[in-house]
Amino acid sequence: MKEKVVSFTIDGKKYQAPEGQSLIKAAEGNGISIPSLCYYEHIDPPLGTCRVCMVKSDGRSFAACTLKVREGMSVEFNTPELNDARKAMVEMLFAEGNHFCPACEKSGDCDLQGLGYRLGVTISRFPHLFLDRVIDYRPKRIVVDHNRCILCRRCVEEVKAEGQYPVFSFLNRGSGTVVQIDYEQEAKLSDNEAMRAMHLCPVGAILVRGKSRPRPRGERKYDLQDAGGDVEQAPIKHSVSVGKNKKVIATTSLAGCFGCHMSLLDIDEELVEIIELVEFNKSPLTDIKTFSKRCDVGIIEGGCCNDENVEVLRAFRANCDVLVAIGECAIWGGLPAMRNVVSLEECLNEAYGHATSDVEEGKVIPHHEDLPELLDRIYGCNEVVEIDYYIPGCPPDASHLWKVLKNIILGTGYSVIKSEFKYD
Amino acid sequence: MEKIIDHSPLLNLLWARQDAKGFISDQDIHDIAEHMDLSFIEVEGVCTFYHFFHRRPAGKFIVYLNNSILSDFSGYAAVRKALETATGAPWNGVDRKGLFGLFDTSCIGLSDQEPAALINFRPFVKLTPEKVQQLVNALRNGVPVDQLADHIENPVRYVPPDGKAVVFREMVPGRALQKLTQMTPEEVIAEVKSSNLRGMGGAFFPVGEKWELCRKQPKTPRYVVCNADEGEPGTFKDRVLMTKLPELLIEGMILGGYAIGANQGIIYLRAEYRYLLPRLEGALDRYRQMGWLGKDIPARKHFDFDIRIQLGAGAYVCGEETALLDSLMGKRGEPWPKVYFPVERGYLGLPTIVNNVESFATAARVIELGAEAFRRLGTPGSPGTRLLSVAGDCSYPGVYEIEWGMSVGELLDLTGAQDPLYLQISGPSGIGISAADRHRRFSFEDLRCGGSVMIFNHKRDLLKILVNFTEFFKEESCGVCTPCRAGNFILSRKLELLSRGLGRGADLEEIRQWGNLMTTASRCGLGKGASNALINAMDKFPVYFQKLVHSKGREKGFDLDSALGDYREAVGIK
Repeated sequence: MKEKVVSFTIDGKKYQAPEGQSLIKAAEGNGISIPSLCYYEHIDPPLGTCRVCMVKSDGRSFAACTLKVREGMSVEFNTPELNDARKAMVEMLFAEGNHFCPACEKSGDCDLQGLGYRLGVTISRFPHLFLDRVIDYRPKRIVVDHNRCILCRRCVEEVKAEGQYPVFSFLNRGSGTVVQIDYEQEAKLSDNEAMRAMHLCPVGAILVRGKSRPRPRGERKYDLQDAGGDVEQAPIKHSVSVGKNKKVIATTSLAGCFGCHMSLLDIDEELVEIIELVEFNKSPLTDIKTFSKRCDVGIIEGGCCNDENVEVLRAFRANCDVLVAIGECAIWGGLPAMRNVVSLEECLNEAYGHATSDVEEGKVIPHHEDLPELLDRIYGCNEVVEIDYYIPGCPPDASHLWKVLKNIILGTGYSVIKSEFKYD
Repeated sequence: MEKIIDHSPLLNLLWARQDAKGFISDQDIHDIAEHMDLSFIEVEGVCTFYHFFHRRPAGKFIVYLNNSILSDFSGYAAVRKALETATGAPWNGVDRKGLFGLFDTSCIGLSDQEPAALINFRPFVKLTPEKVQQLVNALRNGVPVDQLADHIENPVRYVPPDGKAVVFREMVPGRALQKLTQMTPEEVIAEVKSSNLRGMGGAFFPVGEKWELCRKQPKTPRYVVCNADEGEPGTFKDRVLMTKLPELLIEGMILGGYAIGANQGIIYLRAEYRYLLPRLEGALDRYRQMGWLGKDIPARKHFDFDIRIQLGAGAYVCGEETALLDSLMGKRGEPWPKVYFPVERGYLGLPTIVNNVESFATAARVIELGAEAFRRLGTPGSPGTRLLSVAGDCSYPGVYEIEWGMSVGELLDLTGAQDPLYLQISGPSGIGISAADRHRRFSFEDLRCGGSVMIFNHKRDLLKILVNFTEFFKEESCGVCTPCRAGNFILSRKLELLSRGLGRGADLEEIRQWGNLMTTASRCGLGKGASNALINAMDKFPVYFQKLVHSKGREKGFDLDSALGDYREAVGIK
């Protein structure tokens, strides 16, 4: 039977595709890439789970993967509302799971991360849920890291053991829904089938023991894809008035590793230019401990893990016109936030209770009036004060930092290219 | 073309194990998987979707206390505490002897008699701490649950005057069915179409049109499915209807079966109404004896038809018709992406009509009374009558059969509502209106009520109501799509911030945006409707919400003392 070709429009432009083809596929055939995570071409009916591929037709919103093209269909795709909705879905998945990109084997090869880059996600607008999820080491070949699972359902539909028995299934319901592996069926998978499962997973939730060695940086899927292309960037809202006076900058490292400050130093010879343009006030770079004047820009590395961090951050908000959060830790907690999924008591017991055997009375958790007190979890800076701008990365790329700074200080336009925009 | 997966016996197999020993063990799942030639994980996936299936021992007496907002306002907390004290079991757990298991459940369709609970699926209503103590003592002393269970009242508080009642009028079994000997299936469809009867499940799709679409499908056999999964919190009119007039439902299904050319009807009954099973089975038996079910039913054209009942297992989302069909097929009740409609591909991939209890019952009356008489009632867009479940702060909770077009004010006066502030129409997924909107009318044209009216007075905390609704959706989302699964969770965190007094104006704006996002992006009606009530309330009561938030310049609502609480406790700082 010959396929009937139909005409349809996307954002007013006319295209053609075989009738009944999935809109995602039809758009792709016409050079338009509709972002999606769960879509996997031969799964029919389509999964429609991630809801990233939102488009509108006849005023109603649809997941493009579940729409079939028909003659005269008119589709809206590239509108501010839809672009924001798609970005929001990606941000929601980041907030729902525990995605520590710098510590993930799939980093650089992860579709969720790739979409984050493509859509210019610097921070999730949603509060991170920090749920305690398990890493399942019980299967024979596969390791399932539930922290990273986005419940796209690809593995549930696609991975079958001999006899067509499903290897994965959804368990539970509601906010407690998880993907679970069947140990008996998994053991029947061949090496190749296990590898296929790993590659099918759009994130780093399915790994094969001993096979998931990361590719070196620069050679990973999303290092190579459009590495020179621009990342969509939200405009900076609170630009400092551009004038002749030297701008005043303050910096601090809260619950961070100073790696972001190191990256700041990686600006290299441009540092000389910076010194001409700005003076540093409170900062580990100057060793000035307290604010001595009003600052134009405050640069924050690290999130809040104790009361001192909160105090410093609040002082930065009070004394700086523009606050820039740099690095994953400042943005949403980052690596220290790995402790957010367990209770503080459990963390302290692990560190000081079970580990110290030479103390007579058992566990001694350090506390003293001179020591900061720990918060119940790590808080991203924007949970405590308003933040004006976010530069992601672990650490952020030096040229990204410099471009943003120059924009704030001099008002120069800027664009960030993909290789400067990283979460790891 | 996708393969149709049919695991229909699975729910009943799981029920058998659950009933036999109060939980479903790994070995049970293994056995069932082997018996049905499935993988372990498929069976476990289905088992864990439904909250009445337990994977760990849940007690000899399993208590499910309704945690809906109406239960909450009627004394849920005190009853829960009394249950814990009397049984010695922790909430969501079992006492040491394994006698009592205490669990929350969503609305069990007894909103007119809260707080209500199910114990081993027998109903107990108007609970008080004293009553709980007596019950627990009696159960410990070996009194059978059946003997202790409450006799449920099913009050019909109002029917339209002058013989205009459609549903709650005299029932003469067979009166509607006798018409079958004079009518062809096409004529039945034409009559229902001409009545303009719309589905009572909430989508308002014309019933006759649905039947016609199904009849026109080339594939056979076709199926009639009755959605008796009345799960929308605050709704209980189908319970009353099935108790008082099960015959009407059965006749409506038989008519539907004749109309579309089906031989099999299935009632999907929510497990919360399990105590209605004997009554429904009894009614089905009577119809079989009368020759209205089975082979060669008297009709103008040859007609075989029978009805079976499938028990659900606790999942609100199965009220969505495609989720219900998956559940009927022994699967997780996940709504389908809208690629096909059930009339094209429904139960077992075959043409199926899914209508709810009230739709079938009303359709039977349409045939009995004639479309013309029916059309004279109600409004042009919604002819006839509608059953409303009315509960909350009023003197006369119960079912009201109103003629479509009745105003909110008229209803409020009938119910004896005291000092009403806020009405939630059609349950948490519906809309909230101010009690001051007395002029609004229940109709297709204005207030499309799905069957529930919850009345809240001025003393009720609006935020508490909305938090309860959001928690409900967080639990009851099928979990498949991002905006509903994660969105409801995220909204509940945001509302927690408001409840703690840490919200800012910007948070209100975000709640609105995020709620709209969920409506735009969710896969099915549950997710699309989950934030309705919240956004609606913000529109209706802006002053109330402004009072919930503070403005602290550029600092966020962060409670340092509370965040330090865990550490101070761990190191013993007072």
